[in-house]
Amino acid sequence: MSEIEEIVQEFLVESTEGLDQLDRSLVALEQAPGDGELLSSIFRCIHTIKGTSGFLGFGQLERVAHVGESLLSDLRDGKKTLTPEITSALLTLVDAVRLMLGHVQSSGTDGSDDWTALIATFNRLQQGESAAEAPPSAPPPASEVASASIDPPAAPVPAPMGEASAAPVPAETVESGSPEIRDRRADGVVDNTIRVDVGLLDKLMNLVGELVLARNQVLQHTATTEDSAFLATSQRLNLITTELQEGVMKTRMQPIGNVWSKFPRVVRDLSQALQKQVRIEMEGKETELDKTIIEAIKDPLTHIVRNSVDHGLESPDERVKAGKPAEGRLLLRAYHEGGQVNIEISDDGRGIDPERLRAKAAEKGLMPAEQLTRMSDREVLNLIFAAGFSTAEKVTNVSGRGVGMDVVRTNIEKIGGTVDVQSVVGRGTTLKIKIPLTLAIIPALVVSTAGDRYAIPQVSLLELLRVEGDEASQSIEMIHGAPVYRLRGNLLPLVHLNQVLGFQLGFWASEEAKHEVVKIVVLQADEQSFGLAVDEINDTEEIVVKPLGKLLKGLTTFAGTTIMGDGRVALILDVLGLGQGADLVSKNRERGRADADEEALGRGSNASAQRQNLLIFELAGHRRMAIPLSMISRLEEFPVDTVERTGRHEVVQYREEIMPLIRLDKIVDGCGQAAAKDQMQVVVYTHGGQYVGLVVENILDILEESITVQRRTAGGVVSGSAVIQGKVTDLLDVAAVIARSEIGLPDAADAAELVGTGV
Amino acid sequence: MSESTQYCTFLVDDLYFGLEVMKVQEVIREQQMTRVPLAPATVSGLINLRGQIVTAVDLRVRLGLPRRPAEKSPMNVVVRTEDGAVSLMVDEIGDVIETSAEMQERPPETLAATARSMITSVYKLPGRLLLALDIDAVLAIEPAGAGGR
Repeated sequence: MSEIEEIVQEFLVESTEGLDQLDRSLVALEQAPGDGELLSSIFRCIHTIKGTSGFLGFGQLERVAHVGESLLSDLRDGKKTLTPEITSALLTLVDAVRLMLGHVQSSGTDGSDDWTALIATFNRLQQGESAAEAPPSAPPPASEVASASIDPPAAPVPAPMGEASAAPVPAETVESGSPEIRDRRADGVVDNTIRVDVGLLDKLMNLVGELVLARNQVLQHTATTEDSAFLATSQRLNLITTELQEGVMKTRMQPIGNVWSKFPRVVRDLSQALQKQVRIEMEGKETELDKTIIEAIKDPLTHIVRNSVDHGLESPDERVKAGKPAEGRLLLRAYHEGGQVNIEISDDGRGIDPERLRAKAAEKGLMPAEQLTRMSDREVLNLIFAAGFSTAEKVTNVSGRGVGMDVVRTNIEKIGGTVDVQSVVGRGTTLKIKIPLTLAIIPALVVSTAGDRYAIPQVSLLELLRVEGDEASQSIEMIHGAPVYRLRGNLLPLVHLNQVLGFQLGFWASEEAKHEVVKIVVLQADEQSFGLAVDEINDTEEIVVKPLGKLLKGLTTFAGTTIMGDGRVALILDVLGLGQGADLVSKNRERGRADADEEALGRGSNASAQRQNLLIFELAGHRRMAIPLSMISRLEEFPVDTVERTGRHEVVQYREEIMPLIRLDKIVDGCGQAAAKDQMQVVVYTHGGQYVGLVVENILDILEESITVQRRTAGGVVSGSAVIQGKVTDLLDVAAVIARSEIGLPDAADAAELVGTGV
Repeated sequence: MSESTQYCTFLVDDLYFGLEVMKVQEVIREQQMTRVPLAPATVSGLINLRGQIVTAVDLRVRLGLPRRPAEKSPMNVVVRTEDGAVSLMVDEIGDVIETSAEMQERPPETLAATARSMITSVYKLPGRLLLALDIDAVLAIEPAGAGGR
């Protein structure tokens, strides 16, 4: 079934239900004309029919519903009072709508009946000072009917009905709708769906889970029995159970496209009202989400979409002036990532200016100005989610009607999600929503360690490595207790799952690590990859994610739980939380600093913040220093007695070359006396094709950080300082160190020559 | 409080506890358990109760009592809470007992503070004392290591 057909089906089902309700409501309204709630519900129903039929291109239906809506709107606003005449007119309208829906179901069009008379009646009813002053027979003011009718619409209400039901549907009106649709519709699709309480589906789901477990137990017996009848039956049971499980799970899942499908209309209406040109694009429509989550994000999403069109995108003139196509682009994206569903709403509009936000926030007294200036642009952007904050310069009738972005955030957080905003002035704004996939089914890799199984969401998985014993001892190197693996020339930080989970702390130092095969799962968390060593890599499986109980909510290492085929519970690892727990991934990822930094760089303002891999080491006297990892080729350890001398310099033999050593303690000012040791830690640096060894006291860590250089020092070997891992860390300027060391290395420019002469 | 209350009773170590019957969903034998690394010590693991995942809390650990001897298999008292079912691991299940307000007394001050905060009252039954558990207090466990480390 094509998408549009699906929408039509849904429309038919919903509208038919709505109409039945309308009949009752209208009659009830006659008894209690003052019931505002009843009126509103009637209004909403007609309004929905009008909206959807317009979207689906049922012009007749839309026109008829429209006049009804207008009249109801007046009634609701108290401009009119309900008279029996109005009531019967409305009931006739309901019948007319029902008739047209019938046409839609049977022929795919809303029929060719002439509704001008009915429309005229409504126009007259609405235009009349009051119903009483406009008796049914009074001719309507010409102006209103002009567009509507050539027939005198004077005939009272029932007349159009009679006409309509008598009017046959001429064959030529059946223009759209393939024969296939018509065939199927003949058996009345409206009756093909039923509404089921979600609670019942939950219960079914649990029962199916139980059935699966019972099935598994039965299957275990098949291994020990010869009874062929039993074997055949259990085989059948197996198949049926699997199918049943799939079926029941499907009942709760819905593609996000179901919510999105109404956005083209929303956007179209809005852009017309605002005289903007907007193209809406969707990616990942088929991303499935649990029904309850779909329901919960409907309103926040709508609000964000409206906001983007209203505030985000500029008018065509403005866009052309800014060198962009006149037509704005609104992109909706959804995808699974890291056991979560990401939904992004991005526009290529004017973006959010953090300076303007600062000014606004200060003006509104949300925060002291001084604090605002200290906040990063990224943090300032997130102020749009603060209560009582409207970024709109002017309140239009589209946005700024009470529901603010704070409500959006509250609603998303209610279902355990997060929302983040990224924006580049002049280039656009992206709102990123992450919601957990409670109950969603995800493919996962099952691993085991220390006798337990754990599931790793497949989306975080990059590759699997198997490092054989001998190779392991060589290719897994230690940087001050932190293991790294050389993966195609890049250093991959490693962590053993046993260690993360607190089962075995000194895995890498153990004999096992040296001789056994090491199995590594390479994972991606945030923008950082790391290797997770496990005891066994089992298999991939589709798992049903179940949330952790409240008592365990604080465990960021786990994303949830699942039930394995044998009925046992297994924990799902949260790759991001895991990486953070092992200090492999920066904890401050929430604010998406990488993007903020990019933005900062892009605008050329204090471009001191950069995200980079850093090696952190210590010199004598606990002086913490950092150098970019990219500058380092190796980390080595040499026994002190291998140090030889040439002239004034200390050297070691290294890879058949003579590597000069620089004792950083002596170059960097303010270091204490180095303690005498048997081994020295050397950071090998390549300068112009030649190895240089920087002797340090201790190698502390390797991490990816976006650092903000806080104090720049001109000259000297320290280029600046930054706070890294909560400690002040000096950034070493390696070039300056080499210059000062006077080891007489040529400039990088002379490198080729240097290699040629072999020093 | 003058009305009688029905208590589901159980033994933990040599203490005789009771929980209002209406709060108990069911009582089950020892289940296959999946341990949760990094979780608070009171959480012994997760059990699969007909497709529902239930967190199991060891009352012995929670009450600061000595660990259950290995040869003794625990029983699970599954309790309904607002956030789904939680299982309390106890040593032995007793009868359902009807209590009356006359038998009720406040827990003595001499009880260890942790235990006292979880016991709402003491019922003087013939021959033994029944300690009424406050399930909310029992489950008010510090969330697992806030950093997940």
